Amino acid sequence: MDYEPVIGLEVHIQLLTSSKLFCGCSTQFGAPPNSQTCAICLGLPGVLPVVNRRAVEYGMRLALATGCRILPECSFSRKNYFYPDLPKGYQITQYEKPLAKDGGLEICLDGGRKKRVRIERIQLEEDAGKSLHLEEGPTGGETFIDLNRCGIPLLEVVSYPDMRSPEEARIYLETLRQLVQWLEISDGDLEKGSFRCDVNVSLRPRGATKLGTRTEAKNLNSFKGVERTLRFEISRQHALLRSGKGVRQETLQWDARAQAALPARKKEEAYDYRYFPEPDLVHLQIGKKWIEQIRESLPELPSQRRERFMNQYGLRADDVRILVSTRQLADYYEGCLRLYNRPKIVANWIIRELLRELNQRRWGPEEFKVRPSDLVGLFRLIDQGVISERIAKEVFAQMVETGEKPKRIVEERGMVQVQDEREISSAIGEVLREEKENLAKYRAGKIGLFHYFVGQVMKKTRGKANPQLVNRVLKEKLGD
Amino acid sequence: MKLHLLPAHSLLALLGRGEVSAEEVVSSFLHRVEEVEGDLNAFITLFSQDSLTQAREVDKLRAKGERVGRLAGVPIAIKDNICVQGKRMTCGSRMLSNFVPPYDATVVRRLKEEGAIIIGKTNMDEFAMGSSNENSFFGPVKNPFDSQRVSGGSSGGSAAAVSAGEAPMALGSDTGGSVRLPASFCGVVGLKPTYGLVSRFGLVAFASSLDQIGVLTRDVEDCALLLEVIAGYDPQDSTSIDQHLPDLVLEMKKGIKGLRVGLPEEYFSPEVDPQVKEAVLRAVNQLTLEGVEVERVNLPHTTSAIATYYIIADAEASSNLARYDGARYGYRAQGTRVLLDMYSRTRNEGFGDEVKRRIMLGTYVLSSGYYDAYYLQAQKARTLIRKDFEEAFCRCDLLVTPTSPTPAFKLGEKMDDPLLMYLSDSFTVPANLAGLPSLSIPCGMTREGLPIGMQIIGPPLGESQILGLASIYEQVASKGRDGL
Ligand SMILES: [Zn+2]
Repeated sequence: MDYEPVIGLEVHIQLLTSSKLFCGCSTQFGAPPNSQTCAICLGLPGVLPVVNRRAVEYGMRLALATGCRILPECSFSRKNYFYPDLPKGYQITQYEKPLAKDGGLEICLDGGRKKRVRIERIQLEEDAGKSLHLEEGPTGGETFIDLNRCGIPLLEVVSYPDMRSPEEARIYLETLRQLVQWLEISDGDLEKGSFRCDVNVSLRPRGATKLGTRTEAKNLNSFKGVERTLRFEISRQHALLRSGKGVRQETLQWDARAQAALPARKKEEAYDYRYFPEPDLVHLQIGKKWIEQIRESLPELPSQRRERFMNQYGLRADDVRILVSTRQLADYYEGCLRLYNRPKIVANWIIRELLRELNQRRWGPEEFKVRPSDLVGLFRLIDQGVISERIAKEVFAQMVETGEKPKRIVEERGMVQVQDEREISSAIGEVLREEKENLAKYRAGKIGLFHYFVGQVMKKTRGKANPQLVNRVLKEKLGD
Repeated sequence: MKLHLLPAHSLLALLGRGEVSAEEVVSSFLHRVEEVEGDLNAFITLFSQDSLTQAREVDKLRAKGERVGRLAGVPIAIKDNICVQGKRMTCGSRMLSNFVPPYDATVVRRLKEEGAIIIGKTNMDEFAMGSSNENSFFGPVKNPFDSQRVSGGSSGGSAAAVSAGEAPMALGSDTGGSVRLPASFCGVVGLKPTYGLVSRFGLVAFASSLDQIGVLTRDVEDCALLLEVIAGYDPQDSTSIDQHLPDLVLEMKKGIKGLRVGLPEEYFSPEVDPQVKEAVLRAVNQLTLEGVEVERVNLPHTTSAIATYYIIADAEASSNLARYDGARYGYRAQGTRVLLDMYSRTRNEGFGDEVKRRIMLGTYVLSSGYYDAYYLQAQKARTLIRKDFEEAFCRCDLLVTPTSPTPAFKLGEKMDDPLLMYLSDSFTVPANLAGLPSLSIPCGMTREGLPIGMQIIGPPLGESQILGLASIYEQVASKGRDGL
């Protein structure tokens, strides 16, 4: 029988609010352990939570950007479990009435096909602290607890099981990550743990509507990890179903040593979280006015921008996908266009040169200091014939490295194109004198050597000679 | 002059006129504490030196003619589940026997701003769970009227302290009657405000949807005064009410002519001690002579109140008390090597029996498979109880009932029978479930010389009407006594 995988994802996204979800503590990453804590997030006796409205607004941004319905009233619940990095003994989350419901995210599959993955719910919750386990220590295994992360706002985004392959799952995650970064509500940084995924997967006979028994894997922190775990799990379930054994509902964990997804400890599965409404918080009312305020503050979304770039600038889908990969890049592109309205030339330059320079250096947008006006200045130098396109690439590399203006680099390093016919003519004369043998071959009919001569002239002028001029004068000299 | 027998407003008048100093006031109460504390056990921690120092500062300010707060120089006792910065707070438990909070509860901050002098932290049932104050890690509080009897709980230390003249006023907390029951047993005035009127920030949570800080005083005027100081919106408590409160002391002095008082039939059932019933009805009778109209009403779901209360309160408690695990602060069992072992031994050694019983009950009613049958069902019953009151308040302005079915019982009498103990709260828990303000005021004595309490329940934010009726009754009753 032919089986198809059915995949759903739950993503936990750490929000970029400056303070925590229920107290005023800073959320800055990388501070000394336990330095960003207070009576409230430490769960001392007698404290009470107060909801951070900014976190709610960040949630509303994502809800609106994914077409979810924001509930007029949402509520918080307690999820009860014991763990040392959970100081209250419960996590405040949303259960009965989440922030938003029923939206979707459009993803672009390879080959340009589009697909909508439905989103079931978006909810707000607080993060737990971090436990650091030390295998060795004066008393054997020791555990250290850092509660800086405890209470940082998270959005949990739960998809419907709409994905049919590990690739689709990966693309969904990439698209969602791009969106939260685009909305400036999260840095989406997988390494810092700002973007964590739980996956669930089951198989069913192709064409069937009933879902099979699913398994879960939690806290995956790389897209590769998601794909690898899913691929492994799909083939494992395949084998089980083929052999007629059936799949058992369980939680799995990727084991790097075994290169396999193995069952997580049984105890965790059996946990009863005893959810009940959080009595310390009143229901949160979200009126139409508030929603409209947030809607108006939303930037143009990636999908809208992609569409516009294709229509307005006549760019190809592949190029648009690259230009709209981050909001900064798309803004940069349009910043250049405002000064230099040749969409295709600018797009090519950004995609070929700019991104290559950044990738080579492994730089992010923070390190890149070339302003659109400087890049446009470089284009103008080419147009004016001051430098060749080849030289321009060198100049650009310098601009990226030093942040200097193109004109200054060209002047300081004497990179101005040689336009003087006499100068070029004398360089050609020198080359032809040095290359007597090749000249003879050329005259004997090996006309392919023409390009070789051009190359030698360029070398002699250190690339600064105007190539068109070199061609013309050389042809004259060779008497063609 | 016996300063320790005076209410706060009288002390304030003397202080204002310069007839006594704050230092004299505070030392008078501290002296009284020394005298009776051995019998009562009302305090867990005393701040004798600190309070004298503060008193001298208040005196200096007054001498310089500077503005002082509304309670400047008045001693106050605080139940030991309300945070006072830098002072040990035990909640009557071994679990927190070494815990020092780094912050002030909102109510404590407000008291300090008004110049009140905190003289100590009072004894209580562990984590406010109990009706007799016998569940304290620091031993039971004795009733000032009879040392063989209980003070009532869980704010027993606060009630006994005010009753015995160890402090003119005290703060307690009331989750199911924990201010009113001991007030009635110890013969003082006790008020539980409308849910949300007083900030809970800094009150150690027992059952968050029911807890409310309340006041215990010698008379009604003090009750109004103290409530005014601590009440009001607090942005740190999301459940606090954002509404301005009228001037209670002024408001309560308005007349009560034509006030309609309802007597709920369910609160005068045959189980109620005849002496208690008699005393309350006699008081109501006296009030009719003052122009109050009396009506019989029904609160049919009263019989479900105790079961409803113990499901909701224990469910919330099981979660609220999860933080006491020995990992970060408080008691930790020694010599454990595995996490689970540390948790279970810490909690086993740190909590007393009643707390454990309630955590287990609460955990059970929230467990999957039982949630609907217990917790959800209790929430439905809670709505019905609230509706009972809403309907009753369409017909009358206030309700009058006995505070407790019996006067103070003997120490140990109900300790082996938790269910019998829970029934002591039958008449007080409904107001918590409905979030209503409710006050207990002394209304006579039994033949054995034990105080009896009358409960006045009002609609949400009906504090001023309640205090008005209580104040009139207080005058009537004192006239009656003077006449004899
Ligand atoms: Zn904090």
